[in-house]
Amino acid sequence: MNEFHTLLKDPVRWSLVVIGAAIVGGFWIWVSAVPVDATTGGLIPSPREGFLAPEFTLESLSGDQISLSDMRGKVVVLNLWASWCPPCRAEMPALQRVYQENHERGLEVLAVNITAQDNLAAVEAFVQEFNLTFPILLDTSGKVGKAYIMRAFPTTFFIDQEGVIQRVIVGGPMSEVTLQSTVDQLLEEVP
Amino acid sequence: MYPILQIGPLAIQLPGLLLLAGLWIGTMLAERETARYKLDPGHISNMVFIALAAAIIGARLGYALKYLDLYLDEPLNLLALNLNTLSTTEGIAAGLISAMIYAQRKGLSLTPTLDTLTPGAAVFAIFFALAHISSGDAFGTATTVPWAIELWGATRHPTQIYELLIAVSVMLVILQIRKTKFFSGFTFTLFVALSAISRLFLEGFRGDSEIVFGSVRGAQLISFAMMIFALIALHLLSRNNAEKKDQTPA
Repeated sequence: MNEFHTLLKDPVRWSLVVIGAAIVGGFWIWVSAVPVDATTGGLIPSPREGFLAPEFTLESLSGDQISLSDMRGKVVVLNLWASWCPPCRAEMPALQRVYQENHERGLEVLAVNITAQDNLAAVEAFVQEFNLTFPILLDTSGKVGKAYIMRAFPTTFFIDQEGVIQRVIVGGPMSEVTLQSTVDQLLEEVP
Repeated sequence: MYPILQIGPLAIQLPGLLLLAGLWIGTMLAERETARYKLDPGHISNMVFIALAAAIIGARLGYALKYLDLYLDEPLNLLALNLNTLSTTEGIAAGLISAMIYAQRKGLSLTPTLDTLTPGAAVFAIFFALAHISSGDAFGTATTVPWAIELWGATRHPTQIYELLIAVSVMLVILQIRKTKFFSGFTFTLFVALSAISRLFLEGFRGDSEIVFGSVRGAQLISFAMMIFALIALHLLSRNNAEKKDQTPA
């Protein structure tokens, strides 16, 4: 151990150590530099920040077929919810307000109801109660919940104009400020 | 990768819990370490606590300043228990500055304080790696090595495991080296050097690196600079202390 101390104090030998570290470190930086296709680049679909949002097509409460890929070019707030979940209930009014205020700026809200764990009558009553005007999608088989590895109600994904997930918020309720500031960030991005 | 621990109706965010546990054990260790440097353990734990509180407040204020209009409308949101509305840089700055102010006021001298904190920081790094294992963050690039793991839609380097192994090794080195006390600041500076080298090495396997200059991993450049800086500091500190020792008897 004392040898190490002597080495440390010796300016010549320690300079050699520092130069050696610089050469090895620099070489490693060069070797491990990233080929452009090696980073995720949002190309692999996965329900995580920095990845492409997994594609799905669902029927909405009003009977339309809606696909996530239809929304390319818009900022999408994808909210997975159920009518029996209190935090989902608590954050819906804020979601509706943020949708109204930003829809014309290019915001779309897709509220996917995990209908496999809910019932349609309750969903309809819920939507009426809060006067929700954004599309309510019905995940009757639970496939979207699975594809998005859902662990808690509600879970919200903020997806940018290129279809890449930029932020995931597990649980709730989200405040209007959280929603609005996150949406602002994404709307300000120029694709 | 089990980010949420479900105990009956309670969903506990495991990564956060691990970081909290690391912080607690790390602080305990730092408090014990004070005996070695004849510091007041109360001062050290207060400093950690104040730094944390300031970091959280600073992080929230930093975020709110960016969206001032929204927060002026609903100022109560400043108190929201939401980790997504925190700003990292401002938080770290606020934490460091308040720790420095506290240390200054209590007359804690710099290098013994840093040496005292180091074993705690080394243990915290282990919990940091465990939190990454739990959340699946800090993941690796796609690879075909036999020990690759299936994660986020690809077979990847298990960077979280590498991180854990390296953090454990660094801690073992630090727990040994702190007994030598070659000179004041040795344990801390060596820890900085080892951490920088670890990150420089680990970052090469990461699949989520920030890229600068087209293809270089930004974190590697920062680690490289820190490594060189810490290695040079080790030499300078050893000389300074040697001179002091020479001078004292005279």
